[in-house]
Amino acid sequence: MATTNALPTRKSRRMTRTNVLQFVLRGRAFIALILVVGYFAITLWPQFLSAGNIEIVSKHVAQNALLAIGMTFVILTGGIDLSVGSIVGLTAMIAGLLINKGIIIPALGVILYPSIWMIIVISVAIATLFGAINGFVITRFNVAPFIATLGMMYIARGFAGLLNNGYTFANLVGRPELHNTGFEKLGAGELLGINYSIWIMIVFALIAWFITTRTPFGRHVYAIGGNERSAELSGVRIKRTKLLVYMISGFCSAFVGLIIASQLVAAHPATGNTFELNAIAAVVLGGTSLAGGRGSIGGTIIGAFVIGVLGDGLVMSNVSSFWQMVIKGAVIVLAVIIDQVQARMQARIALLQQQEMN
Amino acid sequence: MNPQETPTASAPSDLSNDPVVLRAENITKVYPGTVALDSVNFNVYRGKVNVLIGENGAGKSTLMKILAGVEQPTSGQIFLEEKEIHVRNILEATAQGIGIIFQEMSLCPNLSVAENIYLAREVKQRGLTIDRKFQKERTRELIQHLEQAIDPDALVSDLRIGQQQIVEIARALAQDVRILIMDEPTSALSTAEVAVLFRVINELKAQGVSIIYISHKLDELLQIGDYVTILRDGKLVETARAADISVAWIIEKMVGKNPASLFARTEQYVGDVLMRVEDLTLPRPGGGYVVDHVSFNLHAGEILGLYGLMGAGRSDLVDCLAGAHPEATGKIWVNDQPIVGTTVSERIRNGIVLVPEDRQREGLVQPMSVHDNILLASLKSYMTGFFLAPKKEKEAVKEMVKRLSIRVANVNQPITSLSGGNQQKCVVAKALLTTPKVLMLDEPTRGIDVGAKSEIFEITSRLAQQGYGVIFISTELKEVLTMSDRILVMSKGAITGEFSRQEATEEKLVAASAVGHGLAGSTEPHGATTNNGHN
Repeated sequence: MATTNALPTRKSRRMTRTNVLQFVLRGRAFIALILVVGYFAITLWPQFLSAGNIEIVSKHVAQNALLAIGMTFVILTGGIDLSVGSIVGLTAMIAGLLINKGIIIPALGVILYPSIWMIIVISVAIATLFGAINGFVITRFNVAPFIATLGMMYIARGFAGLLNNGYTFANLVGRPELHNTGFEKLGAGELLGINYSIWIMIVFALIAWFITTRTPFGRHVYAIGGNERSAELSGVRIKRTKLLVYMISGFCSAFVGLIIASQLVAAHPATGNTFELNAIAAVVLGGTSLAGGRGSIGGTIIGAFVIGVLGDGLVMSNVSSFWQMVIKGAVIVLAVIIDQVQARMQARIALLQQQEMN
Repeated sequence: MNPQETPTASAPSDLSNDPVVLRAENITKVYPGTVALDSVNFNVYRGKVNVLIGENGAGKSTLMKILAGVEQPTSGQIFLEEKEIHVRNILEATAQGIGIIFQEMSLCPNLSVAENIYLAREVKQRGLTIDRKFQKERTRELIQHLEQAIDPDALVSDLRIGQQQIVEIARALAQDVRILIMDEPTSALSTAEVAVLFRVINELKAQGVSIIYISHKLDELLQIGDYVTILRDGKLVETARAADISVAWIIEKMVGKNPASLFARTEQYVGDVLMRVEDLTLPRPGGGYVVDHVSFNLHAGEILGLYGLMGAGRSDLVDCLAGAHPEATGKIWVNDQPIVGTTVSERIRNGIVLVPEDRQREGLVQPMSVHDNILLASLKSYMTGFFLAPKKEKEAVKEMVKRLSIRVANVNQPITSLSGGNQQKCVVAKALLTTPKVLMLDEPTRGIDVGAKSEIFEITSRLAQQGYGVIFISTELKEVLTMSDRILVMSKGAITGEFSRQEATEEKLVAASAVGHGLAGSTEPHGATTNNGHN
């Protein structure tokens, strides 16, 4: 009896302290971003916060963020997509092939040069198809996502090399007489003074945010990652949803491939190598659980910015590339450790509340 | 110090002088959403069979897991031979001489029988390599002692469930234990195998081993037990010598106020045939049937009780109807319309919905909020255009929270923060939002407190009055008898009895549920135990 009298005051004080800690832990990605930006803003004053530099960083972030948006859907279902980097390379090479060589139809003896718009549609469609193959293998043959997409990572990279025997498609400017000029605008063009790739990131992020929060599909994605069996018994079509998730990932990868090829005005078969790891890192940093069911698009975007700012800031600070790797790796692991701490704390708070109710 | 709350049953035994080997004091275990154990004081008497009885969710398995070091108590102490011990994992428990046979099979299917028996305590040669020969020999002896013919080299995955349970028992015997916990060791054993187990238990007792024994089979418990302890809703109700008590005493203590009696079902309007099931069959991988050519009718406004022992196929039957087993065959009509879809989502669209047996594993999405869980099965109904309409969603949830009186401060809090009973109501709410015609409740009262139970009964009854066809599954005889307008009994996948509310008695249900098992206590089947499912 004596203990129950002493409990309430002690508990309530502890609750407020845990509440503050909880708030900090939940907003950790955002706090990390502020810290990173703040650090570089001071040490690299004033050039780090100059408009030019902000745009450069944002352009770098945009590529990783696009991949990470697709990856967020996959990871929310409890899956993983290791093939996105290779699909980036493949898409770039397809675009390069279509611009420089066109579509050769031997039966008719003609070469078709599609317009830039057609090229975008075709390469995005192929990348989405590769994503669909990932999803198909995972859902129909019950292959672990890690394995299925690992295989696809090799396959897509192989095809990217095959398209030009390992060589680069250079000078992707098209020819006026073929009506396929203007590819470089995708990477260099601006709207309201902001690079297209940043606009694409913003639009994709908004759409993805809407899908995850406002559509049955989005809710199903969370449910599958949270408890697949319960979701299935609630009538969620598991296989269809998972298939779509990998298609989204392929779709997002395609745009990254196109943007890079356009910015370089060339397509190299190794484009996007190891990009999948950066994307996963952004998703995890943003608070999405690798086990699925927990996370958000907003978190992912912040995560992508943390990685991007960290990367560019370290380069500008003349930190050696090896130290950059060490720091990035440490940040990622630290993020996951904090994630675990937060999860455990949440469980403890739920218990406390439960005991209070009794 | 225990409050004596039931005046009818006399406290039959004074146990204060009996020798105690293990004492658990004030054990409390809180999980998110439930208090599994509430200041339990449990004594294990030396060299005796200490039987633990309670309904599902009473906390038996949790208490045993704490004694065996698998789970840690939220508070409380454990004394072994009057010395306080802290067992943080199963190896430490083994070191103290406490062994456990788990309710859920804990064998590794990919390893051999001998490897499983010596898992994590391998016998080593020269401190390095595993002494396979010794392990195999010893395994062979143990298995022979249990009167079985199992090859020590056989893979566990190749054994049938009963044999796996024997291996599990052999594993416990391979250790030198002072205290052996058996959590439903006979659930998959045949009568002959049970007899062997009882012989082994008596031998262990003679060697001074104290045994804690959990089972749902009451007559079996009185046959083997020396002391009987009753748990109810996480609290220890009473401990008595088996010699001093009867089955009736156990049931009264176990059920307490009899939750079913808190609610008496009166309205019994039954309408036309709502669902017709014909020849529903689910083959068992490796031969035989999980659901064996089952046919029955369900009427509108009817609560159809489904009773049977564990593994009788009740849950599998409703799983088939819900579309969880697309490989099942058979015909289903709802309102004379044949049902063609085989997936869960198609069945839900056709008005057949299931509240699954295992709330945590199959009913809830744990990381989601109460709001999102309740809406999960019916999101399509709350949209404007392509998007979910938060306003419509909120209204639907609010309506359900009111209708089922779900006690929740804020519907955006995680589902795991609710009590078991309220979690269950959320699963029911999720099912109801799909606007079903047939509502199947698989053990809806499992692991929830008495108050919540009577609420679930009331909700169920109200739904039947509103014209839903309800299939109600429970392992608790009293619940089935109280709730149902008609009762089907299943055994080994087939329907072995059908009783109207008037003709159903506990004896008849038990007898029908034992058909094909040759269980003790069911010598002469009473009443209709033939398959008269076709009506």
